[in-house]
Amino acid sequence: MDYFFIGTSLIKIVCLLGFVLGLMNYAVYAERRVSALIQDRLGPNRVGPAGLLQPIADAGKFLLKEQFTPAHVNKLYYWLAPCLAMVPPVITIAVVPFGSTLFGVPMVIADINVGILFVFAIASLGVYGIVLGGWASNSKYPFLGGVRSSSQMISYELSLGLAVIPIFLLVGNLRLTSVVQYQIDHGWLIAPFIGDWTNLGKWLLAIPMFISFLVFIIAVLAETNRLPFDLPEAEQELAGGYHTEYASMKFGLFFLGEYIAMITGSGIIVTLFFGGWHLPGIPDGSHGWIFGLINIAVFFAKVAALIFLFMWVRWTLPRFRWDQLMRLGWLFFFEIALVNIFVVAIILIYFHL
Amino acid sequence: MSVFLFWIFALMMLVFGVAVVINRNPVASALSLVVSFLALAALFMSLDAYFIGIIQVLVYAGAIMVLFLFIIMLLDLRAEELRKINWVASAGGLAVALALMVQIFAVIGRFSLAKQTFPSLAKSTSDDVHRIGLLLFDNYNLPFQIIGVVILVATIGAVMLSRRETR
Amino acid sequence: MAITVPRPNLNWRERMFLPAIAAGLLITLKHFKNMILRRTKVTMEYPEEKWDPNLPEHYRGAPALVRDTDGRVRCVACQLCEFICPPRAIKIIPGEISKTDRFAKVEKYPEEFDIDMVRCIFCGMCEEVCPEQAIYLRKDYAITGFTREDMMHHKDKLLEIGGVMHGVVLKWNEKK
Repeated sequence: MDYFFIGTSLIKIVCLLGFVLGLMNYAVYAERRVSALIQDRLGPNRVGPAGLLQPIADAGKFLLKEQFTPAHVNKLYYWLAPCLAMVPPVITIAVVPFGSTLFGVPMVIADINVGILFVFAIASLGVYGIVLGGWASNSKYPFLGGVRSSSQMISYELSLGLAVIPIFLLVGNLRLTSVVQYQIDHGWLIAPFIGDWTNLGKWLLAIPMFISFLVFIIAVLAETNRLPFDLPEAEQELAGGYHTEYASMKFGLFFLGEYIAMITGSGIIVTLFFGGWHLPGIPDGSHGWIFGLINIAVFFAKVAALIFLFMWVRWTLPRFRWDQLMRLGWLFFFEIALVNIFVVAIILIYFHL
Repeated sequence: MSVFLFWIFALMMLVFGVAVVINRNPVASALSLVVSFLALAALFMSLDAYFIGIIQVLVYAGAIMVLFLFIIMLLDLRAEELRKINWVASAGGLAVALALMVQIFAVIGRFSLAKQTFPSLAKSTSDDVHRIGLLLFDNYNLPFQIIGVVILVATIGAVMLSRRETR
Repeated sequence: MAITVPRPNLNWRERMFLPAIAAGLLITLKHFKNMILRRTKVTMEYPEEKWDPNLPEHYRGAPALVRDTDGRVRCVACQLCEFICPPRAIKIIPGEISKTDRFAKVEKYPEEFDIDMVRCIFCGMCEEVCPEQAIYLRKDYAITGFTREDMMHHKDKLLEIGGVMHGVVLKWNEKK
């Protein structure tokens, strides 16, 4: 038994989980402030300085509300669904490298060799919470929400999976830490020409990589039920969708689960396309613990920037119609991701990258 | 430690596997199957076969069972729960299952390879993703391609069958 | 009869939708930036900032009783407002003015004049019906209280809100 490994892992789990849960609460706050500012409003600014204590007030409200269970629901699944919606995104964080090293300990909880597949596998379990919540509510609008959610998740998982294949053609490894290491050595994947300006192949590679990034980020939006794709909860059509029959903390788990999923999704995107914790000019944690901390800060700054992008998109674009969503997923993103793989493969062979 | 985990997950897999059969509610059955798959994936991972384990979760628990659940939820579950149990058929099924189990035990008991312990995968230098990839695309390239074509044919067939007639 | 709206024919660039999405994102970003830089100012943060100086003359706030320049409560307890009040928020108990008083010929005065601000709908009918122009709707709107009793405006409170009204009706003056 490697007690050092177990001990450091436990510390990492506790710290990361605590931090991410805090980040989740502040993501809710940020969502409200950003949406307000985009709409020329102010947003919550009363509780504490600039409204910074608002998440605590929200959490208190969620917890203190009555745990109401409607009479017509399927009790076991009704109570199980919010937990199932919350847990998968939390688990997914385990494989994301959120920093280089700190005191020689790698800043990733589980550096497994199937990293990205693990992310997809666990993320695909997230749909059970929504589907079960919709079904167990035993009421038509939540049910429609659940049905929509399951078909949407399955459709966009394909594009999600296909969009990352070019990266792994390039890196040759599914391990997320190797993806970060590759980007440190060869430039970020969103702009692979950085550091190798004279290489035409790298410039050509930037085009399919950008397409890959677009498809991936749109698929992540769809997977996390964020706004252009929030058909499972579409308030105007489904009266709140799968969580219509939920109240208090059970609703809170659904609601916060979406934000955790958003944080995790941003973490994955940062890891895959934006060099993870790497910022040019800043050495990794082996040069001193202060750099290790800076690396972690860089990672979470990138995550925060992406979360802002998600919110920005949410408060700009209107919701898709159902058939448009399906057509977009199956007839456009699927094909473009597939073609993208071939293009990257051809570039890789032709330029011997 | 890992023996302990093995027993936990093996027991979990079996209990939920039985639950798939004995649950009257199809949704409960489907969810039990999902838990069973997850436990199976955990068993694969305890053998250091991360790729197989993850694919188990990704494909079976994440995609196929979601589609199953999707269909099951559209059924009339009350009719399913009211159906009477045919005890004779159940007993017959149980007997067949027991007979099969006895057979499997008998075969495995005589199988000499089953008595040796295999070398652990963790000691190998390359990881299992590479090995499976090399195996699929080098040794079994042709069968792999043929399976791909068969699945493509099946997909096209399904699309053709489900297509509405347009004038 | 249904009107068929022809769908516009989009060229390939429009059908990509990406330029349109980018344009939309830029618009929202502009709003965001202007809010951050405090260039747009729409919201008024109420308890700190008030709009009170800009309230229009015809603003209908809390009803109040007024005194005239002689310091007399103008109300003569005719109870018209009590009858007209749609939510029946007003309750008046009239009293008689003693014969020795300077305003003996007014005869009546309100011994008690209660307006239940929980009920009041700020319609202004009391002001309109008052023959003495004794009740006015003032610009007070922040009427709060922790109990129902707090929300009951008694005579002294009403007079405090109302203050002294100059001019207008002077028909009970000595000169007349």
